[in-house]
Amino acid sequence: MYEHDVIVVGAGGAGLRAAIGAHEAGADVAMVTKLHPVRSHTGAAEGGINAALREGDDWELHAYDTMKGSDYLGDAPAIETLAQDAPEDTITLEHWGMPFSREDDGTVSQRPFGGLSFPRTTYAGAETGHHLLHTMYEQVVKRGIQVYDEWYVMNLAVTDEPDPNDRTCHGVVAYDVQSGTVEGFKANQGVILATGGPGQAFDHTTNAVSCTGDGNAMAYRAGVPMEDMEFVQFHPTTLPSTGVLISEGVRGEGGILYNEGGERFMFEHGYANNDGELASRDVVSRAELTEVNNGRGIEDEYVHLDMRHLGSERILDRLENILHLAEDFEGVDGLVEPMPVKPGQHYEMGGIETDENGATCIDGLYAAGECACVSVHGANRLGGNALPELIVFGKRAGRHAAGDDLGEAEIETGYSEGVEEEDMELPITPGEAGIAETGATDTEDVAADGSGQLSDPDGVLDRTITEERERVEYLMEKDDGIQHAEIRAKLQKAMTEDVNVFRTEAGLKRALKTIRECREAYRDVYVDDPSRTFNTDLQMTIETRNLIDVAETITLGALVRNEFRGAHWRQEKQERDDENWLKHTLVSWNGGKPSIWYRPVILEGENKTYEPKVRSY
Amino acid sequence: MSTQQQEPDTDAETEPEEPESQEVPADQEMSGLASPQQQRLQRKHDGMAEREREAAEDDLEGDSVHIKVFRYDPEVEGKQEPRFDDFHVPFERGMTVLDAVIYARDEFDSSLTFRHSCRQAICGSDAFFVNGRQRLGCKTQISELDQPVRIEPLPHQEVVKDLVVDMDHFYDQMHAVEPYFQDEDTPDSADLEEQRQSPENREKIKMSSRCIWCGACMSSCNIAAGDNEYLGPAAINKAYKFAMDDRESEEIKEHRLRIVEQEHGVWRCQTQFSCTEVCPKDIPLTEHIQELKREAVKKNLKFW
Ligand SMILES: Cc1cc2nc3c(=O)[nH]c(=O)nc-3n(C[C@H](O)[C@H](O)[C@H](O)COP(=O)(O)OP(=O)(O)OC[C@H]3O[C@@H](n4cnc5c(N)ncnc54)[C@H](O)[C@@H]3O)c2cc1C
Ligand code: SF4
Ligand code: FES
Repeated sequence: MYEHDVIVVGAGGAGLRAAIGAHEAGADVAMVTKLHPVRSHTGAAEGGINAALREGDDWELHAYDTMKGSDYLGDAPAIETLAQDAPEDTITLEHWGMPFSREDDGTVSQRPFGGLSFPRTTYAGAETGHHLLHTMYEQVVKRGIQVYDEWYVMNLAVTDEPDPNDRTCHGVVAYDVQSGTVEGFKANQGVILATGGPGQAFDHTTNAVSCTGDGNAMAYRAGVPMEDMEFVQFHPTTLPSTGVLISEGVRGEGGILYNEGGERFMFEHGYANNDGELASRDVVSRAELTEVNNGRGIEDEYVHLDMRHLGSERILDRLENILHLAEDFEGVDGLVEPMPVKPGQHYEMGGIETDENGATCIDGLYAAGECACVSVHGANRLGGNALPELIVFGKRAGRHAAGDDLGEAEIETGYSEGVEEEDMELPITPGEAGIAETGATDTEDVAADGSGQLSDPDGVLDRTITEERERVEYLMEKDDGIQHAEIRAKLQKAMTEDVNVFRTEAGLKRALKTIRECREAYRDVYVDDPSRTFNTDLQMTIETRNLIDVAETITLGALVRNEFRGAHWRQEKQERDDENWLKHTLVSWNGGKPSIWYRPVILEGENKTYEPKVRSY
Repeated sequence: MSTQQQEPDTDAETEPEEPESQEVPADQEMSGLASPQQQRLQRKHDGMAEREREAAEDDLEGDSVHIKVFRYDPEVEGKQEPRFDDFHVPFERGMTVLDAVIYARDEFDSSLTFRHSCRQAICGSDAFFVNGRQRLGCKTQISELDQPVRIEPLPHQEVVKDLVVDMDHFYDQMHAVEPYFQDEDTPDSADLEEQRQSPENREKIKMSSRCIWCGACMSSCNIAAGDNEYLGPAAINKAYKFAMDDRESEEIKEHRLRIVEQEHGVWRCQTQFSCTEVCPKDIPLTEHIQELKREAVKKNLKFW
């Protein structure tokens, strides 16, 4: 067993910043991560980091833009914290040597970005995320922070009181990917989840193969509600064969979208008569899919993004990295032919419910980064707002876990009596499907009847270690059944078909049924690779279980929210409904019997109350 | 087990070795010569690569691709002796080497093991030895390769299993150059005051800052193969990034030069350019090493 004050799970931008934060606050902190830190998906971010640094700009403008972008579903205390802390935390990165792009006077450059009222996006070439990730990893090396890399975290060691708000997290259980050994990591002060997004719930995504929502699923099953999971951002220009992102830059420079007949459909079919290709991400994504669905797509799958008319000089000067992406990942030369593009899953706005200090309703359990929902992005994330979220809330979570006093949080967490509950009749029973048979006895099974309660940290950890060892044994010893790849493919396909940019009641119900079938199938899952050494078959089998749970929360949220807000569109009601829906959707696991409830959004800020306005640009 | 003893690959794809030379090549960034990246674009411009690939893709359309993948597992009977497994994977337009091994794993053999994550040449996980050359799986179009496509783990590194190699030594070398900003004397960040850096200086370190720690360069380097303590191209390049960054003081720069000009540092490099050729990020590694040698000479640091 390993023991530290603070354990950070995940070493992307959020995890690295959390570890540094905890270290600054004097804690003995360690990181446990399934990928080596520099392999984390934060490295893929291109665009930039929003921070109000200059005269003429201030945190209140940044907060206002973010609230408006969120379609009034972000909580003001979270948004204002982001806007207030981002400038200092961004400058800190500069002091750590991050190679930001520069102005002639040597100051950090800033550029305009969609939805921002001031050019406040700092960036480092077209590789902002890469530099952010590497710069922070360098600081982790400098501080001698212990990193357990290629250790896969399987579960949290959480006490089992009936009410999740009374529970405490004492550590995690992980296995060493290289050797297959399952070990406990005891955390004396706190565990911080920074496991990134769950993009792999979809079969077409800009997210890495490692983005499997592990942290979300573990926190969910331990009793932390999942918040606003239905809000999934789709990016309109991703390469069809891989999902690699072609940035907005191409359209910003004048790139044009054509359908199969060579029509400039954004105008010719009236999707956005003013902004055309530059309309917001969700509008363009829906337009593309409508074209394809109406038989005007190319190979019934995609549309063309053409930049040839810009001329090779301009393309080479401003969009060179796009040429490489199209060439390397799609085999297309953007100078001589149009690039195929289609919408792809890009970002999960929802996540593990936390307050502005990163704390969840379970004592000692924190979350930060894309896996968390504080909520700053609400129904729609603005470009350049995720990276500042990583550093601002990563740092806060690290400091708070290490015992720094950050003041009382304004955001409430956890289920409480008297909240509004959803009682919609569902087409299936969500939740547990005898998954306990795979050896994974969930703590809630015990908690449900209140028996066998354990509260001493070592006991809780030992029990979790035993359970997880049994789970691995079971999966490895079973020698026939179904393999994870089949279940995962079925799940991803269903999500892309029915929980995409177009959502209908019938489609969402269909998806819930398929998810249910995936759960049933998973009861028979087995790991074929008999080796303990670097068994990715085992790892992906466990990840698939997590994807099922996460996909279900996304779909449940999408089904109950009958309105069109931000990234969430519903055929039955194609407008925002402030009267009924200025509230967060929360899904609680309840020991395997999920329930859905709501909490009002907080629009009261420090100096003003944000009034919902029509989101038009 | 190590792939070090692998028979030399006779693949025609291996590029002819650059003549060994102690000449200091002209610094591209300074002299304005075409960088490998620009050359590549130029070639594309001429439509060459394009026509070649299109012809190759047309040939492959509807066909399957034959890959031969290195297999080894210290624990599993039948895999303890390294062997090659053949897979035939249906070809799709745009298919990369990584796509092909993913397909083989998901459809034929779930125990086929390799690292991968981003699928877009940024996480640096999937450097393999493909047809006799270090390449990133996700960045290599399969239609450009001769078949059967031989996919092996990186040479000169311990194989953990199948295509997975032990990266610890590589990480140790990266850490050995003190790869972090050392100036403690920065302005107070609460005042939002940044350190100034000229756009030119930023440009100077740009290429060196693109490294994704894939290990391809180290694996291609003969010197690193013979001298386990040699820092290797990636680590020296990392040191270059810091040494050339004007934000750090002269004193620290000197300290950095001392680290790289030690016995197993820059002077080991024999300018064979193999690292520069395989680097998927087109970093002019050899030139960076040469420039550090010149800097060390200028600073009158001790010669080895
Ligand atoms: C292509 C692309 C471009 C983007 N561009 C921008 C941009 O320009 N600006 C912006 O603000 N945002 C951008 N985003 C969004 C932003 O990059 C991400 O939201 C953010 O990087 C997520 O960071 P993270 O630290 O939360 O997670 P990640 O960086 O994904 O890190 C997750 C970490 O958790 C670890 N982990 C996961 N599961 C486990 C487990 N079970 N056990 C142990 N470890 C685990 C992984 O190893 C990894 O280290 C972009 C996203 C994409 C995909
Ligand atoms: S220098 Fe190039 S080849 Fe070497 S590790 Fe970095 S990216 Fe890979
Ligand atoms: S999969 Fe990330 S570099 Fe190839």
